[in-house]
Formats: sequence, C-alpha cells, structure tokens
Amino acid sequence: MRRRLIPLANALGVFAALIFLWQVVLWIFRVPPFMLPSPWAVARAVIARFPALATSLSITAVEAGGGLLASIVAGVVVALIFAQSRWVRRMLYPYTILLQTVPIVAIAPLILMWVGAGAAAVTLIAFIISLAPVIANTTQGLISVDENLVHLFLMHNASPRQLLFKLRLPHAVPSLFVGIRIASGISVIGAITGELYAGSSRVGVGGLGYSILYASSQLQTDYLFALVLAATALGFGFFFIVMFFEWYFLHRWHESARAPETD
Amino acid sequence: MTETFVAPQVEFAGVSKSYAGGRRVLDSFDLTVAKAEFVTLLGSSGCGKSTVLKLISGLTPPSSGIIRIDGMTPKNARETVSYIFQDATLLPWRTVRQNVGLGLELEGVNGDRRRQKSAALLDLVGLGEVAGAYPRELSGGMKMRVSIARALATSPRLLLMDEPFAALDEMTRDRMNEELLRLREEQQWTAVFVTHSVAEAVFLSTRIAILASNPGRIHTVVPIELPFPRTAALRASPEFAEMALTVSRALREASPP
Repeated sequence: MRRRLIPLANALGVFAALIFLWQVVLWIFRVPPFMLPSPWAVARAVIARFPALATSLSITAVEAGGGLLASIVAGVVVALIFAQSRWVRRMLYPYTILLQTVPIVAIAPLILMWVGAGAAAVTLIAFIISLAPVIANTTQGLISVDENLVHLFLMHNASPRQLLFKLRLPHAVPSLFVGIRIASGISVIGAITGELYAGSSRVGVGGLGYSILYASSQLQTDYLFALVLAATALGFGFFFIVMFFEWYFLHRWHESARAPETD
Repeated sequence: MTETFVAPQVEFAGVSKSYAGGRRVLDSFDLTVAKAEFVTLLGSSGCGKSTVLKLISGLTPPSSGIIRIDGMTPKNARETVSYIFQDATLLPWRTVRQNVGLGLELEGVNGDRRRQKSAALLDLVGLGEVAGAYPRELSGGMKMRVSIARALATSPRLLLMDEPFAALDEMTRDRMNEELLRLREEQQWTAVFVTHSVAEAVFLSTRIAILASNPGRIHTVVPIELPFPRTAALRASPEFAEMALTVSRALREASPP
C-alpha cells in the first residue's frame, strides 16, 4: 500500500510545484489577469460558475462518448470485414489511412453544412476521428493469430464461425483495447474541435469547445482556464474508464493488464 | 512373413511435396506406420520432418503421391488424429480445464461429458490441482502437459508430435518422455514423433526413420529393439548407449556437412 502511495504523493507534489511556479511567474512579470489569471482566480471561477461548467462538460462528454462508442462498434465491424481476406484489406486499407490523415479542422465546416450545427455534427466529428485507431488495432489483433492455433482448430474440423468466435475475436480483445485507449483520448479532442465550429444550436449553451470560444471572446480568461482544466479532466476520465474495462476483461489472463509489479 | 495382413495405419506412397516457389521439401517419400508403433522422424532442420506431419494431418496437400490414414484421406481421418505442436499453443483466455476441453467442444460434445473427460485427463497428466488456473500461471512443462491432455481428450488413435519438448530443459524433457510412454501404455495410440534429439528418439521409439535433406527423403530406418516398459534406468544401460551410437552414426551419414 505504501509503495502505491509514494508515486501518487510524487505526482501531487509536482502539481503543487507547478501551481507555485505559476504564481511566481505572475509575481515576477506582473502579468495582467486577462492574459494569465492566478491559480486562485481560476479556482474561484470553477466554484462560482460550477453549474455552467458542469453543463458544458456533460454536453461534451455525451458527444465524445457517443462518437467513441459508435467508433468502437463500427471499427470492430470494419475490422471483421478486413480480417476476411488480404485482398479486401489491400483494397480498403488506404481509406482508413485517409481517415487518419484528413485534417479534422478542414472537414468540420463540411460536416456542419451537411448535418447542421449541434450535437449530431459534433458526435459525427468525434466518431470520424476515433475510427481509424479502432479499425487498425482490431484488424491487427484478428489477423495475428498464431498459425498453429489455426491448425489446431482445423484439426478438429472447426467451422469458420468457431474460428471467429472462439479464436480470432478473443485473441483480438487486447489489441481492441489498445485501439479504444487511443480513440478515447482523441474522441474528446474531436468533440471539442467540432464544437469550435459546430458549437451549439442554442445561443449561450454549449459544450466545452463552444464555451472556450465564448469565454475567450469575452476575455473571461479565468473561466477559460477552468474550461481547459475541465477538458483535460474529461480526457483523463475517459482514459480511466477504458482502463477499468480493459482491466476487467483482461486481468485474469493477459500480461499487459496485470497490476504492475513494484520493483 | 506374418500370417495375417494388418493394414498400416499411416501409409505414404511416393509422396512428393513442393512449396510455392518450387522448393522441393519431400521427394518420393515412402513410409508405413503400423498400429501401436511409435515412429520417430529424425533429421537435421529443413529435412521436411514437420511437413510429413502436416501432410498426415491434411493441413497441406501432397504435390504428388498417395497418403492414407486408416485407409482414408488425411482430411477424412482427422477425427482419429491429434496434433501436439512445438509450443503448447494454449488459448491464454481459457482456464486449463477449458483448454483441455477445446477439441471436444469444437466437435460438439456436451458440457457435462466434456468436463468429466477433461477432469479425468488432467488427473492422468497430474494437473488436477490447477484445472482452474490460466496458462500464464503455469511453467513450460506444465503447459506442455496441458497440451498433451488436450490432444488425448478426443481419444485419438494416432498422435502426431512436432518437437513437443524442444523448448523444455533436459530434466523436464526426460520426465515428459517417461510420462508419454506411460500414457501410451495405458491408451495404446500410435505415434509419429519429430525431434532433433537422438536420445529422445531412442528412448521413445519402436522405429526411427532417419531423414536426409534437400530434398527430404528417408535415409535409413532403424528399429529400436529395447524392451517396454522403458524407464529412466534404461538411459544408463549399455544397450541404450549402443543404440544411440548407431542412430547418431546413421544421422551423420544422412546429413553430410
């Protein structure tokens, strides 16, 4: 127990040091508050505007979470298709790379035009940006099964169905989680980027991206910082939820999901 | 000559095998294995030993020649054959018990019978205690035992083994050899075994087929006339040493430098 608390204490120490450094910079350079608010001003903003902050956070969480879930479902389906044959992979794989390389900021206005402003457009953007890592990693997991295991199944006259459900899919679960972990982080980035463009269908109420834009136009820098913190916390939250599921499904049998040994 | 004609369990007649790219791995290969024999294929790497096992199991077709298992084509005979690989090839997400039951499960045997059979086999290989464990918790030797239990669960009449103990330390390997012979005594399956190890081959086999490479073909067949049951003590006997020397010489002839 003590050994686990020490890294935590260290991380908190670094946090305290950063806050202190921040305050020192303010004292030395006399930065005006609209450029860089003090840590206390940010804390005050969090408390004073907590309801609005929580609303923005929950809007973005739903959009990013929806996009992420959709990308997991669609990503697994596409990976299953890719796993069928090398021929299919060669034909379609370039398009998943396209998915990864297209700058989301560039296509956001297009999506906005097609779907209209609001949560649907933002969710779609989060979905698009999260899809590629899920497809790539799951496909890799499905096709990298040990040849001897396939032989073993064939020796028992296994059907294609049995090969898929009893061998390839369970084998792909650890790689699927690698994909989901990457996707979980970028789904939040996607949602916030989307909100910068596709913001909100109601004036004044929107997700974190929308509120960031609004707060910066009003020079409410302390609240802007609070929003950035909330966005970071959201990314962290997603990451830990995914980590929990990964642990839950894999800890009994997979090396990567074991509790790290203290050395 | 024997009075009654016993059909060979495994029959290779003029079998050749080339892979894509034209590399010829086997050339007019003839081999018969009778019921209850323990035949070992011994040879340097690249002599096509593993290919012979793949051909018997129907995992790859011959380029020419005929292969019959109990008079059937390899694919049709699969239900009577089990394969043990060089690695234990266990499914890491399944417990030991579920791994042993895999073959039965794929063949549609119901849950209760499967559990009974798995439990019986785990006891037979001395792993009854760890039935609920996952493979990563086991040592290399234990994993191999699970792999053997899995292969035996479907009650095979023919067991194919591709260097199953190559990755184990020598002491564990010797013990596994003894255990394998004990299981054979009880269950009376036929075995085709592949190894690099002369000592292992002599200890286990009723016959050793020594293979020459490029392309793979049978150089000589050496019958091992050491009495069964064979125990650890046999390894220290002069008969064993003499047999091993004979086999080593033949192996050297078959694979010139």
